[in-house]
Amino acid sequence: MISQVNDPGKTDEAGKKLGMWLFLYTEIILFGGLFVLYAVYLTRYPNEFIEGGKELSRMFGVINTVILLISSFAVAAAITAVQKGQRKIALWAIGGALGCGGIFLVNKYFEWGHKIALGIYPNSDRLLDGPDGQNMFFGLYYVITGLHGLHIVIGMTFLAVSFGFVLAGQVTAKRFALLENAGLYWHLVDLIWIFVFPLFYLII
Amino acid sequence: MEKKDHIFSYKTLFYVLLALLALTGVTVGASYVHLGKFNVWMALGIASLKATLVLMVFMHLKFEGRALILSFLSTVFFLAIMIGFTFWDVAFR
Repeated sequence: MISQVNDPGKTDEAGKKLGMWLFLYTEIILFGGLFVLYAVYLTRYPNEFIEGGKELSRMFGVINTVILLISSFAVAAAITAVQKGQRKIALWAIGGALGCGGIFLVNKYFEWGHKIALGIYPNSDRLLDGPDGQNMFFGLYYVITGLHGLHIVIGMTFLAVSFGFVLAGQVTAKRFALLENAGLYWHLVDLIWIFVFPLFYLII
Repeated sequence: MEKKDHIFSYKTLFYVLLALLALTGVTVGASYVHLGKFNVWMALGIASLKATLVLMVFMHLKFEGRALILSFLSTVFFLAIMIGFTFWDVAFR
């Protein structure tokens, strides 16, 4: 550490990564709080939550899970490629992950659109007149998947910036904290979805 | 902090992806078996297993130094307190 401070040519890669992880901890607590809400209301309205889960499309849930897992693999592969100095593979992998993120958002658009067409959206007459548990389930569904979708958009922006830096040759085998941090953020978004998927789509 | 960066081979990463996809299949399959309250615990268990794979390999946590491992574990610990105490409150209200 001390030698790095004295040598202006070197950067503190480990410090940058620790900073990113500290931020990820706050994200874990943020989504953790929402999952606590989900858990408490699941124990209060178990039947309404099961009915609500049946309204969600399992197919969309599975496809989006697979897409996010593949995109996470692509980002991890991009870091391996940068470490090995294979810039072209890294660019293709980051591009692939960005494509996956795009497909995820398009799916989400159709999924939400379908729900809204059925009259299921925050403050809709159907939810307000229905049982409290149903309103709670879809309220949590929109807040959690909405916040998660926002994270997908931020993660894609972060990855796109990293793509530019890899293209410009600014991210190298010796200095790749930017891409690594973008990757860590992207994996966290995937981690959250790993828990969202069974809790909302597969509940019976 | 780890001085030398560990490089995962493409093959290792791909096998982890296959494991994650397989576990997704398992969790979907398990949701068709009615086990009552146990269903949620099963889903959470499989999700935690998937999360561990992503954390250890994709997020390189397996090869990180003590500062990252300990700070991550304390985050999980505080999350457990948050969840545990909430249920403690709700259950005995």
